[in-house]
Amino acid sequence: MTVFKDYTFIVVALGCLALGGISGVIGSFAVLRKQSLLGDGVSHAALPGVVAAFLLTGIKNTAVLLAGALFSGLTAALLISFTVKKTKVRFDAALATVMSSFFGLGTVLLTCAQKLPDATQAGLSAFIYGQASAMLKSDVLLILVCSGFLLLGVILFWKEFKVFSFDPEFAVQSGYPEKPLSLVLSLMTVITVILGIQTVGVVLMSAMLIAPAAAARQWSDRLSVMVVLAALFGGASGVLGAYASAVGEGLPTGPAIVVVSGLTVAASVLFAPKRGVISRIMKRKMNRLRLTVSFGGESKDNEGRGNN
Amino acid sequence: MSASLEIQLIAAFTAAACAIPGVFLLLRKMSMVSDSITHTILLGIVLAFFAVNDLSSPFLLIGAAAMGPITVWLTELLSKTRTVSEDAATGIVFPLLFSAAVILITKYAGTAHLDTDSVLLGELAFAPFDRMVIFGFDLGAKGLYVSGSLLLINIVFTAVFYKELQVVSFDPVLAAVMGFSPVILHYSLMTVASLTAVGAFEAVGSVLVTAFMIAPAASAYLITENLKKMLFIAVGIGLLSGLLGYHTAVLLDVSIAGCMACWTGVFFGGAVVWNLVLRKRKSGVKR
Repeated sequence: MTVFKDYTFIVVALGCLALGGISGVIGSFAVLRKQSLLGDGVSHAALPGVVAAFLLTGIKNTAVLLAGALFSGLTAALLISFTVKKTKVRFDAALATVMSSFFGLGTVLLTCAQKLPDATQAGLSAFIYGQASAMLKSDVLLILVCSGFLLLGVILFWKEFKVFSFDPEFAVQSGYPEKPLSLVLSLMTVITVILGIQTVGVVLMSAMLIAPAAAARQWSDRLSVMVVLAALFGGASGVLGAYASAVGEGLPTGPAIVVVSGLTVAASVLFAPKRGVISRIMKRKMNRLRLTVSFGGESKDNEGRGNN
Repeated sequence: MSASLEIQLIAAFTAAACAIPGVFLLLRKMSMVSDSITHTILLGIVLAFFAVNDLSSPFLLIGAAAMGPITVWLTELLSKTRTVSEDAATGIVFPLLFSAAVILITKYAGTAHLDTDSVLLGELAFAPFDRMVIFGFDLGAKGLYVSGSLLLINIVFTAVFYKELQVVSFDPVLAAVMGFSPVILHYSLMTVASLTAVGAFEAVGSVLVTAFMIAPAASAYLITENLKKMLFIAVGIGLLSGLLGYHTAVLLDVSIAGCMACWTGVFFGGAVVWNLVLRKRKSGVKR
């Protein structure tokens, strides 16, 4: 197990752990609010911001590029919610339209950057596919600091977020400000997505956000338990994915993380008590058995008659 | 035929062909399905490649086209367990399949010329280099035939099943009563969308296929409520975006597909503004 002493691995694994954890926490709210795909949209829409930030400043500093990504991701999120509110176009269609045209703009800018004489633009395309193995200590620090702020936000607004995620109508009636809360939640989703795109890439970031939360949802009906579990699942997927890619030669980290978290979802959907598919089938069988026992052989006849 | 004319025709045909299934996807609240299909076709290509070990085999396209309905089926399977909502199911299934494809490519297809770059981004400018040559005669760019037949297939499919598609899109229950199977039509539509995505991604890249499918449809949806008009407007916007995108790209010397996608976005923005202005005027009359 020499991998665990390897400096690069420790940095990457730590980054993936933090990223997976915070994605799980923020993703829980996105999944409960049925805004899972917002992450997918925002991550695609971030591309023009990344490239524009590079073109304008000429520096390839992660913080600068991510600021650009944040700007264009937020613009896209606002455009989507404006369209949904003001026209009859639904969320899914507005999302698909805005994110793909933003991505188009991103590829246009990318070809502009590629025309620059020096090779500094190389690596910008890492934002499309993600490049976890190239993570630096400073990148991990950035992720940790931002995750800390996001966590603090979740703890501070815990009660508001809780009411708002489960019953927005009740929340509005109880006097919670709808617009600012919705905006803060979306903003937090956007920040999380932006943090992750450099590591796992535009395409796969949405899975990081959704999969741990969806898996955690199966195990508990309590929000606090779900959020903690989602953080655990996300963090574990991150570390396992990083480990798999460090051990398996040429195995890309982002896809490895997504496969691990996908397996977590599959296992949770199948085996979770109460909500899980297997436990529900067992329960149905038990109920039928109990009916047969209590009514003797009669219940079967009744069923047959009912079907006719 | 000159290379620039060929590219323009391919661009316009591809965008127009995408707009047709896009209209039905939009009406059926399945816009994001286009996003997931365009990503998972990569897995279809990879699996078919491992089966036949030949990059130019038509089985690659069949594998890719089959992946669309499979993706939709898997997503429905997951959301039907009622453990996961529909949007979350979409967001889990397609990145998973896409990841599997990326892993397979980087692990096992390293030597073959199969890379995620060309699938995700595509490059229209190189299309004229790929010629259709039969018995030594150069019959034009291959992409021209691909995009042209794609457009034709979609037009024929829509024309033949117009009534069925109309009923199923607006009232699936009525469709079932009238004897059309919504399930069969649903999966045929998914196959057509998948086929379109497969035909289009080589030219414009898989992410931007979503732009050409949904953006023209969403714009047309804002302009009219009549399905026939909506289809024509969407196709028109697709054609125009193709042509305008090409000329903008040549002018600025940037990515053609990217410019086309930007134009579809511009059209959508225009449609939103038009819609808002019109509504304001209408409400003004009422007052």
